[in-house]
Amino acid sequence: MDTLSDVSTLTAVILASALRLSVPLIAACLAGLWSERSGVVDIGLEGKMLIAAFASAAAAYATHSAWIGLGAGILASVAFALLHGFAAISQRGNQIVSGVAINLLAAGLTAVIGNAWYGQGGRTPPLEGPARFQDLVLPGATVIKSVPVIGPLYADVLSGNPVPVYLTLIAVALTSFVMARTRFGLRLRAVGNYPGAVDTAGVSVALLRYRAVIISGVLCGIGGTYLSVSQAAGFLPLMTAGKGFIALAALIFAHWRAWPALGACLLFGLLDAVSIRLQGAVLPGSISVPVQAIQALPYLMTVILLAGFVGRAIPPRASGIPYVKER
Amino acid sequence: MSTPIDLPRWADIGLVPAVATVAAFLVAGLVVMSIGESPLEATRILIEGSLGSAEGIGFTLYYATNFIFAGLAVAVAFHAGLFNIGAEGQATLGGLGAALVALSLDWLPGFVVLPLAILAAAAFGALWGFIPGYLQAKRGSHVVITTIMFNFLAAILIVYLLVNVMGNPKSMAPETRNFGPNAHLPFIHALAQAMGLNMPATPLNLSFPLALLAAFGVWLLIYRSRLGYAIRTVGASPAAAVYAGVSPERITMLTMALSGSLAAGLAVNEVLGVQQHLLLEFTSGYGFVGIAVALMGRAHPVGVVLAALLFGMLYQGGAELSFDHPAITRDMVTVIGGVLILFAGALDGLFRRAVALVLPRRLVA
Repeated sequence: MDTLSDVSTLTAVILASALRLSVPLIAACLAGLWSERSGVVDIGLEGKMLIAAFASAAAAYATHSAWIGLGAGILASVAFALLHGFAAISQRGNQIVSGVAINLLAAGLTAVIGNAWYGQGGRTPPLEGPARFQDLVLPGATVIKSVPVIGPLYADVLSGNPVPVYLTLIAVALTSFVMARTRFGLRLRAVGNYPGAVDTAGVSVALLRYRAVIISGVLCGIGGTYLSVSQAAGFLPLMTAGKGFIALAALIFAHWRAWPALGACLLFGLLDAVSIRLQGAVLPGSISVPVQAIQALPYLMTVILLAGFVGRAIPPRASGIPYVKER
Repeated sequence: MSTPIDLPRWADIGLVPAVATVAAFLVAGLVVMSIGESPLEATRILIEGSLGSAEGIGFTLYYATNFIFAGLAVAVAFHAGLFNIGAEGQATLGGLGAALVALSLDWLPGFVVLPLAILAAAAFGALWGFIPGYLQAKRGSHVVITTIMFNFLAAILIVYLLVNVMGNPKSMAPETRNFGPNAHLPFIHALAQAMGLNMPATPLNLSFPLALLAAFGVWLLIYRSRLGYAIRTVGASPAAAVYAGVSPERITMLTMALSGSLAAGLAVNEVLGVQQHLLLEFTSGYGFVGIAVALMGRAHPVGVVLAALLFGMLYQGGAELSFDHPAITRDMVTVIGGVLILFAGALDGLFRRAVALVLPRRLVA
């Protein structure tokens, strides 16, 4: 009986950890989903999350409020998203070049401004107390806890997370609903596949794409804020560590759909959570797993996913092609 | 609004990137002002620090060497329509290759070891570029994302190797032992002194002339050879390439391998020339600035060399600047690089339209 409850506690801990680790991925993945479904390729998810992480940490430190931090993070991310949108939509520039520029800009600006403001090598001072989101206990958590399987799942995994986690999960459901069942979602999907048709119907292609890009910015803002304000209690240089690109791979894996995207990101999060436990552990046969092998796993998995070994993925038809009205 | 604009060739290649560069520096000036420093003062220190002394020029050229190699790598890939962001990882693997040869063969005379080490660096870099190229050609995985992943993988691999396999037991830091004297690329100031000229000691070494040679080689390849023509065709229109009997897949893989081997030149400069042992993070961001260099130089070797010289000035001047004004760090160069990539790359159309407005009517079609 003891080992059973030990195993279930361990499982609950790993699952809770997996959920928390996957939140930035989910947010970035949804951001990429909104952008790419409307036809704007977004390589700059990494940069937007990074600038949001910095802005939110700085604002949260200055005002001792996590919510103001969230607002600042979202604003910074939307500003960068609009920059990308301007280059991609209005100026019809190369969207991949623009994304790379956003990433580099974010990395450089956070370092320069971070160093100028705080002088700690680009970090923000650590955040404490009300400057971080508090864990929310969902209603009925303590009551349900004793129920066999669902109990610990609800009480330990789902409940007791900070607000951005729930925001992100709600965003998944909203994205799926809006995309599939509203007029806006239909037009958005149309603009990503046949913008000419949308134009003929009299709806502005550019405005729709800008809206999608703004939503993408908001989502990256939530993801970046969660990273610095919730998960790490402060901004660290280059703290996104490739999560934006892993999110892109998860998006392709999920075939640009919301619920599969959640699943893919949870999978990556689970991998991350398990890897933290596996560090230094000895597998049967006395093979010690090197730390670097575990560190390399998310990036390796991304490459394997992209190589299509887990099924071919076809992007929205007009993805990456600037829309020219006259042609 | 969307009529294609035909600018005269000199405007397209020279004026538009120049305008974009000026605009990028203006934006950078704004950033400098926003952190409370004076851009004019910063510019003065920058120019003095990079070109005002023989030592400064030596350092500038040394940094420029890295940017030339990285810029050439990205430029060659551009011609095939590929975006190689993996120059950092390819350079890291190049360093690994050079170190493996240098560590095992440095008992051989210099004129044997050095070419072998350079070839090994090029081969390892080519491999790290080839794999994403293969995945793009055969499996359709976007080369941008795979090369970024390979950057991370290269960094992790080298940490593992330096900590567990190749590390120097006498040193606490993850690095190899110093290579034997036969496996050093000679410093230019040492060569000059041997010839009786007095030059201040700088990290400038033989890889600078090697970089210029590589630029010439790339020009020959891209603009004067059949393979170069095939590469440019694939970049312009893969369908036309197929019609012409060229295989876009083969060219993609070949170009990425070539790109990787050029990026490895960075490692030749740093590992064989300056550091003389393998250590972590010797690529320190040169690969990403290489993208800006290639875009600024319009992917033409001459443009790449000029842009690399400019960034070399920024790096050296930036180092001097951060002595006097610690608030402005080297990361300013990353900001300038990012803005340049945005202006010279994605917002290209905006600047072309601006230049077309200013030029007299008869020059613009």
